[in-house]
This record gives sequence, structure tokens and C-alpha cells, in this order.
Amino acid sequence: MPPALSSTLPRAIPPRAGVGLKPQHYSTIIETKPDIGFFEAHAENYMCAGGPPHRYLGAIREHYPLSLHGVGLSIGADRPLNRDHLARLKSLNERYAPGLFSEHLAWSTHDGAFLNDLLPVPYTEETLARVCEHIDEVQDALGRQMLLENPSTYIAFAESDYAETGFIAEVARRTGCGLLLDVNNVYVASTNQEWDPIAYIEAYPLASVQEIHLAGYAREADEKGRSLLIDTHDRPVDEIVWDLFARVVARIGPTPTLIEWDAAVPAWPTLKAEAERAEAIMLAGEREGPRRAASC
Amino acid sequence: MRRLAERQRDFAAALLDAGRPLPKGIVGPDGEPSAKRFAVYRNNVIVGLIEALGDAFPAVRRIVGEDFFREMARAYFVREPPSSPILLDYGDKFADFVDGFAPAAGLPYLRDVARIERAWREAYHASEAEPLDAAAFAAIGPDRYPELRLLFHPSARVVRSSFPAVTIWRMNVADGVPAPVDLAAGGEDAFVVRPRAVVEARLIP
Repeated sequence: MPPALSSTLPRAIPPRAGVGLKPQHYSTIIETKPDIGFFEAHAENYMCAGGPPHRYLGAIREHYPLSLHGVGLSIGADRPLNRDHLARLKSLNERYAPGLFSEHLAWSTHDGAFLNDLLPVPYTEETLARVCEHIDEVQDALGRQMLLENPSTYIAFAESDYAETGFIAEVARRTGCGLLLDVNNVYVASTNQEWDPIAYIEAYPLASVQEIHLAGYAREADEKGRSLLIDTHDRPVDEIVWDLFARVVARIGPTPTLIEWDAAVPAWPTLKAEAERAEAIMLAGEREGPRRAASC
Repeated sequence: MRRLAERQRDFAAALLDAGRPLPKGIVGPDGEPSAKRFAVYRNNVIVGLIEALGDAFPAVRRIVGEDFFREMARAYFVREPPSSPILLDYGDKFADFVDGFAPAAGLPYLRDVARIERAWREAYHASEAEPLDAAAFAAIGPDRYPELRLLFHPSARVVRSSFPAVTIWRMNVADGVPAPVDLAAGGEDAFVVRPRAVVEARLIP
């Protein structure tokens, strides 16, 4: 990874569990300094001139490794990236020197309107070229490698001619970006698209994975009565997602793993317990191996 | 042909206007169109924005109730969709919108409560600056006072109201307890500022 452009050196994210940073937990974290692997902040929540969010994030960054997760860059958009937004991301990356920076394989801006969701892209040559161009631009602008996250999707595009895993593998190969494997998204997308989630993980370019996300989903049904899972981040991680996570860990070894709980945010102990469960799975995986060759 | 550009144009248009048909080629796992699946995206967009507005205007939401607020926020979104991915800034025109929102016409003070909340939000995220106290002036002789140039703290905002808007706002945030208010009791002006970490909304005497 190229060095960050900042005078502050990034602090590496350890192969442990972390949690998404929520304002509801700021004071508990500062006052009790819980033992947790890292915190992850949504970049857009800190795109403000000053105030308490920066005070808390600065204080937390003093004590913990921090990763930064963008939700609004719209890398999958056909239109050029928003240069102002990229500049804001650069400034946050310089200020907080996060150990990892990630964004989504999705688009969210069109004709100047921010559509406030992570919208899906067709997996075609045209999209591949556009996404790679945008990731190159991000990595050049930030002077660092970024991680790309696999999406949760509810629909498919008839014109797609890549499998999602093949598309992501090709993006990683062409751009040299790392990957953030969201295991809940794997399960949500696999259910919604009627894929086999285990085959998805087998086909995924796991060697590029530097971070894992885990979250909860809601189960609904479409007009034909088929399961329609919604990526809600508002509840505990599902048992089946824990199983898939254990399977990934068995393949790649302990990896920075984030619990995302962004709506109906629970009291701190509930969130911490989810992180502890992720660490227990990683420790059990370490004892039982097989492991990633590089870590043996 | 640039299919991606067309795709995103049609997708965005259908997302913003539920009256439009589903764009062709957007399908479920059987390759057939699925309006219910596409509706997940529509719902995500609007629910997320309603929540963002509700977080920014908690007293307005409490005064009008959840259902009314949701419809008012939905109408605001149709008029003023966000132009930036920074949702902290969303709602800058909400107070004026509330003022013109016909179903809220019976609550003439609502706009000013929204203005206080917007000022609070802006103050919360404003630049840092060290506030001056009296000691800062001690070293300066009175003869130099004409040269002094005093600036407001970057977080400072003034909201003037011809209603007791500060009283109404206080009753409807945090653990405030709503009680009858005499709307004819005269106006209240608020000075909203965040000297350091905490936003204060003071009644201007």
C-alpha cells in the first residue's frame, strides 16, 4: 500500500472485530475505553466544519485504530465522480489517517440529485470500464489503496454478462483495489438472486479481502411469495450469516471484521457482544485452521 | 450506445416517480419484472430521507406527530430532493417549506420552531473558534477600542419569532414536557451558539 499523504501515519486495523461508530455510543466509548479491535466511521457523517462529531472522532482515533467507510461517492455512476466530494474524502483521510478506506460498488447520484441509497449496476464491460476508471481516480486522489464492498441487491439487470463475483474479481485485478467482503450482503443478494451463497464465497477473490462486514437483515416476500431480504442493519447478525462468516474465516484466517448496526441502534453491551462473537469465531477458526497461507 | 447512462437515467426517473412504469430489463431471479423488488429502492430512498429530516427536526416531528411528519417530509423531498451526499446538510429549506405547507397552516409557529432547529443543527456542525471572555480585553487599553473588530462566533445564529417559539421548542425536545402556551403572549428571539462542545439556545431578552 502506498504511504498516506498525511503526516499522521495510518494505524493498521488489526485482524479483530470492530463496530460501526454511532453518536449514541460516543460517551460510553470515551469514558470506559472498551476493549475492541477498531471503530469504523461513515465518512459523510464527518463532512462538517467542526463540532462534537470531530471532537469525539479525534478522541476515539487517539485510542483505537480507525477505518473510514464512504457511502456517497457513487463509484458505479456513469457520470464523472463529484470532485468536491472526492476532495472532502481526501481531507478526511489526511485528517484521521484511517487504517482502511472503503466504498461501495454502487451509484447514488444522478443529474445532481443524491438518491440516498446504494443502487445496483449492471455487470457489463461498459460498467466495468467505468467503475475501474473511477476507482483509479479515487486511489490517485487519496494516494492510497481503497477497498470495494460487494452490494446487497434486490433486482438484476437483464443485460448483465458477468457474474457478480467475476465482475468484482476483474475490478480488483485491473485497479489493484482491495476488497471489503460484506457477508450479510452475500446472503441478502444470494437469496434475492437465487444464488448459492457458499458457491458465491468459493468464487469470490478472497485473496484480495482486507475487511469483512456483518449486519442484520429483514425478511420480506415479493409478489410471487419468494423471499426478499432487505439489508436493514437494524438487528443482530443472523445465524446463517455467522455460519458463512465462519466459512470465510476458515479460508482466509482472522480478518478485520466490522459489526454494522446503523438503525434501531442498540445499547453498547449488545453491540459489543456481537463483536465478541465475531472474535470468538475468528479464534476458533485459528485453532482449527486451515488458514491463509500468508499468515502461517 | 452508452447503455449505462440510459439505465441510470431511467432507473433514477422511476425511483423518484412511483407513477412511472418499471424500466425494462430490471428483473427478479426468474428474469421477469418485479415491481415489489424495485420498490425496495424507492422505499429506501424516501425512508432514509424522512429519518434524516426527523433527526434534524425532532421538535417539529414531535409537535405534528409521526404520521403527519412523514407526509410533510415526503412532500419536502418531492420539492427539494437532496443535492449532496452529505445528509447533515439536508433540510436547509425545510423551515420555509413548512411555512407554505397548507396542512400545517393551523400551526403558524411551526416554521419558527423549524428555524430554531435548523440553527441548532448548523451551530452543532460549525467551525471551531475560541470564544473571547472578558479577560481577553484586559490587556487592551480603552484608547484602542475603536480599532477592535469583533466577529460573531462561527456557530452563532439568531432566530426571531413573533410567537413564543423558544418556549415551544424547549417543551418539545429531549425531556421537555409540552404544556399549554399562550400564542398571543408575544414573540421570542433565540440566540443559538456553540461556544465549545455544547449548543446553547438562549432567549434574547
